[in-house]
Amino acid sequence: MSAPAVPVTAPQGTLRLPRWAVLAGIAVLFTVGYLLYRGTGTLPHDDEAAPFLFINDARETIDAGRNENPLFLYLINYLRLFTAGLYDLLEVGLTALGWPGLIGVMGALGWLAGGWRIALLAAAGFVSFGVLGLWEASVLTLALIVAAVLLALVVGIPLGIWTGGSARVRRLITPVLDVMQIMPTFAYLAPMVLFFQIGPASATVATLIYALPVTIRITALAIEQVSPTAIEASASLGATRRQTLRKVQLPMARETIALAINQTIMMALSMVVIAALISAPGLGSDIVRGLSRANVGFMLPAGVAIVIMAIVLDRMTMAAARRRVSDRVSYVAAGMLALAGLALAAVLPAEFPEEWRISFAGPVNDAVTWAKFSWYDVTTAIKNISSEALLNPLQGLLTSAPWWLVAAAVLAVAWWSSGVRPALTALGCLVAIALLGLWEHGMETLTTVLVAVALTLLIGLLLGIAAARSLRFSAVQRPLLDAAQTMPAFVYLLPALALFGATRFTAIFASVIYAVPPVARLVEEGIRGVPPTVVEAAVSTGSTSGQLLWKVQLPMARRAILLAANQGIVMTLAMVVVGGLVGAGGLGYDVVSGFVQRTDFGMGFTAGVATVLLGIMLDRITQGADRRPSP
Amino acid sequence: MAAERSSASDGAVIEVAGLWKIFGPRSERVLACSDKDLDPAALREKTGCTAAVRNVSFQVRPGEVFVVMGLSGSGKSTLVRCLTRLIEPTAGEIRIGGEDVGSASPARLRELRRHQVSMVFQHFGLLPHRRVIDNIAYGLEIQGMARADRYRRAREILTLVGLDGHADSYPDQLSGGMRQRVGLARALAVDPQVMLFDEPFSALDPLIRRDMQAEVMRLHREVGKTMVFITHDLSEALKLGERIAIMRDGSIVQLGTAEELVGAPVDDYVADFVRDVPRSHVLSLRWICRDPESDEHLDGPVLPADMIIRDAIPASTASARPIRVVQGDELVGVVDRVDILTAMTSDAGAPAVHAEKASA
Repeated sequence: MSAPAVPVTAPQGTLRLPRWAVLAGIAVLFTVGYLLYRGTGTLPHDDEAAPFLFINDARETIDAGRNENPLFLYLINYLRLFTAGLYDLLEVGLTALGWPGLIGVMGALGWLAGGWRIALLAAAGFVSFGVLGLWEASVLTLALIVAAVLLALVVGIPLGIWTGGSARVRRLITPVLDVMQIMPTFAYLAPMVLFFQIGPASATVATLIYALPVTIRITALAIEQVSPTAIEASASLGATRRQTLRKVQLPMARETIALAINQTIMMALSMVVIAALISAPGLGSDIVRGLSRANVGFMLPAGVAIVIMAIVLDRMTMAAARRRVSDRVSYVAAGMLALAGLALAAVLPAEFPEEWRISFAGPVNDAVTWAKFSWYDVTTAIKNISSEALLNPLQGLLTSAPWWLVAAAVLAVAWWSSGVRPALTALGCLVAIALLGLWEHGMETLTTVLVAVALTLLIGLLLGIAAARSLRFSAVQRPLLDAAQTMPAFVYLLPALALFGATRFTAIFASVIYAVPPVARLVEEGIRGVPPTVVEAAVSTGSTSGQLLWKVQLPMARRAILLAANQGIVMTLAMVVVGGLVGAGGLGYDVVSGFVQRTDFGMGFTAGVATVLLGIMLDRITQGADRRPSP
Repeated sequence: MAAERSSASDGAVIEVAGLWKIFGPRSERVLACSDKDLDPAALREKTGCTAAVRNVSFQVRPGEVFVVMGLSGSGKSTLVRCLTRLIEPTAGEIRIGGEDVGSASPARLRELRRHQVSMVFQHFGLLPHRRVIDNIAYGLEIQGMARADRYRRAREILTLVGLDGHADSYPDQLSGGMRQRVGLARALAVDPQVMLFDEPFSALDPLIRRDMQAEVMRLHREVGKTMVFITHDLSEALKLGERIAIMRDGSIVQLGTAEELVGAPVDDYVADFVRDVPRSHVLSLRWICRDPESDEHLDGPVLPADMIIRDAIPASTASARPIRVVQGDELVGVVDRVDILTAMTSDAGAPAVHAEKASA
C-alpha cells in the first residue's frame, strides 16, 4: 500500500512511527536473528515422527474395531451403508437408462429448465462424453455428484434457512463454516478414509462436506435478503411463522436458493476429481492417473469432460433459477425428448458406438511434446529464474532458520496486521505444525504459497486496475473471468503440466491462474465501488488520472483489495496442496502419498491437518487487516 | 392530557396506557430505575439503550382518523408496531376492541391481526412473486379461506381502490402509487376494524400523494374504519387527522385537533412545527373573535364559531359591520375586517401569533 502512512494513534509520549517502520523493524530483527542462529533449532523432516505412527496405530485400531465399537456399529456404519446405497442406486439407475436414454432425459430437463437452447446444450454435452470415449466414467461421476449434491441440499437448505432466520444460530454456525471453507480440499479426505473406508461412500461424504458450507451460506443469505417489510406485512396480517416462511420467504428467496444449488453443484464437481484419490470412481481417477504420470494426453479428455459437465449443469441450474413457470409446450417437448431417448435406448447398442468416438490422446501428447521442446527456452527460463531468484532462497531461509525465529516473526507480523488474538491463533497454528513433525515440509509449502500469492496479487491487481479504468478492457476480461470461475480447480493443472512438466513451478503456475480471477474481480469491483461523487470531486480539483488512482481510488478500495488478498491466499493454498500431485513436494505430496501407501497414512493425515493449520494461519494474518479502521 | 379530551373512554377502539419501548440490553432494568427519565443521548451513554416510546397514553374512538406525527426517530413507527406487538413493548397496556393485547397468546394475537387490525406500510411490503390479486388475497389466504371466496372478495376490493384490470399484473409492473393501492387493498380485504398506516405515502411523488390522501379520505367515508395514521408531513396530518398526536423523543408532546395544535401549541417545539401553517386555513372564528367594543353595532352578519376564518371572508367583504360569532344561540364575540386581515397576515409566517392566542 503506498497510501500515505497514517500515524497510528499512539499513546502519548511515544514517537509516532509510520506503519511500515514496524514491519521494517521486524525484518531487520529477523535478519539479525537469522545470521546469528542460522542452522540451529531447525526441525528436519522424519518419516517416522511420533504423530504419524500414532495415527497409523489409530487407523489399525479403528479398522479392527469397525464392527465392535458402538459408534461405528450404530452410527457410522449405517451412514456408510446409506451413502453407498444411495450412490449405488443412482449409478444403477443412470446406467439403466442407457446412453440414449440419459441423453434424452438430460435434454428434457434442459428444456424444462430453459427451453430448447439449454436442451440442446445438455444433450450435446452428454453426447460429447460418449464421443470422448468416457461415457461410463462420466455416468459414474454424475452419480457421485448427484448423490453428494442431494445430500448437501437435504442437510444444507434447512440449516441455511434456520441460519438465515436466527441471529443466534448464525453466530454459532459462522465460525464452523469459516474453518470448513479455508480447509484445503485435501484435508477432508484422510478422516473420511478413517471413518468410511476407501470407496464411493467416503468420496460422497467428502464431496458433501466440501460443498455444504456454500449451500448453507447462500441459503442463509437468500433468507436474510428477503425484504423485512414483506415479512412484517405478512406477520401484520396474522400469518404464522410457517406460513410466512412458505409463502413469503421461500418464494422470494427462490432465485438465490437456486444459486446456492448451482454453487453446490460446482463445488461438488471440483471435489469429485480430488476424491478420486480415495478411489472415487469416474472421471477423476483418469485425471489423477494422468497427473501422477504427467501424461497430458491421457487426462485431457477427462478434464474436458469435467468442464463440459460443469458448463451443462451450471447453465441448466441458472436457467431454471430465472424461469418463472414452465408452460405446457415445454412439458410436452421435454416429455417427448425423454421418451425418444428411452425408445432409442431399447434399439441402439448398450455401449456408445466405437466408431463415433474420437481419441486424441496421441495428437495431444505430440502437441505437448512439441510445445515443451519449442518453448523449452522460455519455460525453462521462467522456471529457473523463479526457482533461483525466489523459491530456493526463500525456502532455504525458512527451513534453515531456527523455528522459534520464524514463529516470532509470524507472531510479530500477525500482531502488526491483525491484532493480538489473530496473532496468537497464527502462532498456535505454526507451533502445532512443528509439533506434528511437519515443520520442514510445512515451510516448503509456505514458500510455494508465498511466491504464488505474490504473483497472484501482482497480476490480479494489475488486471483489476486495468479493468476498472477501461470499460473496454473490462468487457473483454469479464467473460473470461466468468468462464475461469466455473471451471473445477483441477483443470488448471493441465496447461501448467503441459508447459512446465512435473515441478514445483507447475503448482505455482496453476494456482496463479486459479486464484487470479476472483482477485482481479474483487479489485475491479472495489475501485468501481468508489462513489462517483468522490471521483468527480477529485477530478474537479485537477487530479491527473494517476493521482486519482493512487490518492483516491486505491485507498478507498482498500477493504476490497485486502479481501482480495485474503481470498487469493486461501485459494492459492488449496491449489498448491493439490500441486503435490505434480511435483510441488511439501505437505501436498505427503497427503497424496498417504493415500497411496498404507504405511504413510499417518503422515498423510497429519499433513492434511497441517495444511488446514497453515491456511488458518495465513487467513488470520491477512483477515484482520480489513478490520482496522479505514484511513 | 389525552384522557380528559376523549371522555368517551368506554367506547374507545384502541386504548393505550403507559406504553414504553426501550431497545437495548436489559431494557427492563432501565425501566425499573430512574434512568428512564434521562434524555435520549444521556440514556444511550449510560446504558446503551434507546427509549423509542416513552410513557405514551392515548385513546382512539371508533371511526376516528387518529394521526401520530413526528420527525424521523421520534418513535412513531415503533409506537404503531407496538399496537399489534409486531414490536414487543417493554411495558404498558394496550387494549384493542376491549381486549388486552399485551397478554394475548400467540394464537390469539394472530387472530387479532387476521381479523381486527391490518396495516399499510411505507415501502408497501408487497410480495413480488405474486400477482396483484394474490397479494390482495394474501391475508385471506393465510386465514384459510377457499380460493374462490378469497378471489371474489379480492376483486371487490380491487374495484374499491380503483385497480380494475390490474388483477393479473405483478407488483413490479405497477407505479408507486398503484403499488400502495395494492397495499391498501390488502389491508382492506380482511375487513378489519382498525387500519394502521405507517407513513404510507412518504415514498410517493407529491401529486400522487395528494391523490392517495384523497383516496384514503374517500375510503374512510365509504367504509368507516378506525384509522391510525403515522406521518412526518404536517400538512398530511392536518388534512387527514381528526385528532393529531405530536411525538418527540418517544413522548407525545401534544394531542389535539388541528385547530388546537395551531391555535394553542403547548411549547416552542410544537409552535415551531406549526409556524408555517396558514392559520386562516385551520383556525375557526372562535380563535380570533373578541368582545364587542362599546361603540360597535351588533347587527352585522351572524356566523358560527367553528367556521374556518378563510370561509368568513365573503361575509366580511359583503358587510361593513362586524360579524357576530355565535355558538348555538349564544354570542361568543365579534370579528371585523381588521381582525380577519390580521389573522391572514400572520399566515405569511409573521411572529404576531401569541397575542391573539391569549384572547382565545
